[in-house]
Amino acid sequence: MSILVDKNTRLIVQGITGNEGLFHTTQMVAYGTNVVGGVTPGKGGEWVLDGKLPVFDSVKTAKEATDANATIIFVPARFAPDAMFEAADAGIPLVICITEGVAVQDMMRVRNYLDQKKVRLIGPNCPGLLTPGEAKVGIIPGDIAIPGNVGVVSRSGTLTYEVLYAMKNLGMGATTCVGIGGDPINGTNFLDVLEMFEHDPKTEKVIMIGEIGGSEEEKAAQYIADKMTKPVAAFIAGQTAPAGKRMGHAGAIIEGGAGTAADKIKALEAAGVKVAKHPEEIPTLLQ
Amino acid sequence: MKLHEYQSKTIFSKYGIPIPKGRVAATAQEARQIAEELGGRVVIKSQVLVGGRGKAGGVKLAKDSAEAEQLATQILGMEIKGLPVRKVLVDEASAIDQEIYFAITDDRAAKKPVMIASAAGGIDIEEVAAKTPEKIIKVHIDPLLGLREYQARDVAVAIDLPREYWKDFVKIAMGLWEVYKNSDATLAEINPLVITKDKKMIALDGKMMIDDNALFRQPNLTELRDTDEDAPSEIEARKYGLSFIKLDGNIGCMVNGAGLAMTSMDVIKLFGGEPANFLDVGGGASSEKVAAAMRIILTDPSVKAILFNIFGGITRCDEVARGILAAMEEVKPKVPMVVRLVGTNAEEGRRLLENANMITAETLADAAKKSVEAAKKGS
Repeated sequence: MSILVDKNTRLIVQGITGNEGLFHTTQMVAYGTNVVGGVTPGKGGEWVLDGKLPVFDSVKTAKEATDANATIIFVPARFAPDAMFEAADAGIPLVICITEGVAVQDMMRVRNYLDQKKVRLIGPNCPGLLTPGEAKVGIIPGDIAIPGNVGVVSRSGTLTYEVLYAMKNLGMGATTCVGIGGDPINGTNFLDVLEMFEHDPKTEKVIMIGEIGGSEEEKAAQYIADKMTKPVAAFIAGQTAPAGKRMGHAGAIIEGGAGTAADKIKALEAAGVKVAKHPEEIPTLLQ
Repeated sequence: MKLHEYQSKTIFSKYGIPIPKGRVAATAQEARQIAEELGGRVVIKSQVLVGGRGKAGGVKLAKDSAEAEQLATQILGMEIKGLPVRKVLVDEASAIDQEIYFAITDDRAAKKPVMIASAAGGIDIEEVAAKTPEKIIKVHIDPLLGLREYQARDVAVAIDLPREYWKDFVKIAMGLWEVYKNSDATLAEINPLVITKDKKMIALDGKMMIDDNALFRQPNLTELRDTDEDAPSEIEARKYGLSFIKLDGNIGCMVNGAGLAMTSMDVIKLFGGEPANFLDVGGGASSEKVAAAMRIILTDPSVKAILFNIFGGITRCDEVARGILAAMEEVKPKVPMVVRLVGTNAEEGRRLLENANMITAETLADAAKKSVEAAKKGS
């Protein structure tokens, strides 16, 4: 078992003929992910990966032909909102948007529209999902994680790889790793993923990697205190970050004194979460 | 990106929000001339991108044009919170009856825009929020539907605005919504929105912040960028597409990925050091980017060591290693360098750097410890 993606996922790739899209499609297929096709407007009827994968002009036609149940978006930031609306209107229930740099007001419109359509969005500005041994839907390197019983959820990219790698070195594997992304307005948050892990029979423990900005870690802490039965270990990045500066991720900013690492660590510790001092320490807290 | 008061108010005015008569001046003579045109009694307001200008003495009332010139001379020579005052706004003085706070901004938690209003305007709204939160009214706006007039009217009622001003207030609220939406603002704020003694509603002050990710469709606003508050190294880094923030410590950091870059700073601190910067060199990390990053880090004379922390996923460590070698050839750094390469092609990367006189580390903790030691030796 796992959450969100597994070997039954039938994935299409929006932006499949672009550099990024094609590169990562190749990687995902090599990992064993069930990629069933892709979309690039104006290139419908073409094939990629030596004729293995069909390209469609629209998500709607791709869905009709392939019965896809998930889509991953690799299109540039200015076109990504449209790609997300298109996926939702075509009836794809799970949308993963890797693209970084989507405008905030676009994301507010997308999020509210997708909520109305009951579409699950992961990202944007995220590394995607990895269910080791079953499906890699995103850009997380497949070889740094092994199957296991730990659910991983994170706002970051390479920091997550760091943790997966430290886990692997200890022989610890993951059920699913979910990169929720570093933007201020995103589709799925810690709370949503923690609920899924809590209800996933295979997941026995959870690792959560947060950072400065916003209050989603605090909301997660509340959920952990009230409802969660499985042990959680965490790390919060940005303890040395200055206030008022965006630390690379659009959402990683301390504003008006709110969103500090200290506040988040305090909330998590009060909820019984073990908070690591550095990322390599996290897996050892769950041993 | 922040806009100045005068820039924000010019935009407000285009959307039908009344603002005081006035213009911006770069010299005291200009300020005097504007004061004369406005009839003498004016407010001289420093234009810098920080809050608390009034408290710092950067906003003054002049009773005539001679005093306007004198005050402008004084304010134009000031620095406020480290930023030089290069321009002043000369506005006609208003006789104020009531001050209101009114803004539209993003609510991250609600995933929607929010209108914020308070009858306690004119002062620091964060202070009001902390001390008397009941005085702050918040109404969310559906981003797909936009602001509706009844919502603005509800706000007017909630802040006890007399009925005779509802119509004006609704017009200003609708105008500010259009400003917010069409400018891709993350904040459009009027503080204070005043009712004058002659019963007019005017936006006396204005502040806007624009979403950097939306600047591609805001060419007119992009031109307004004032880089005064950015360190020169930050402006240089922006040219190369590097995400860089200068800090006060002595250990330079070059890392791929924003979360890992923040974490590397934290781990340096954990082992007793102080990071000199935040730097996300991004995916790919070509030799041009690495060289630019190295140059930018080394322009800071307090840097006594550099930590490279690269987790190769899609980024290949051997490529980064080649980038580091090429950059060293060009920049010839004299400070010790600690390098940690993990992941895709890390062994090949480490082999390439064997003869480069670098300190190598296996783990992030180890790399941080070694860079703290190296910086101590160097200083």
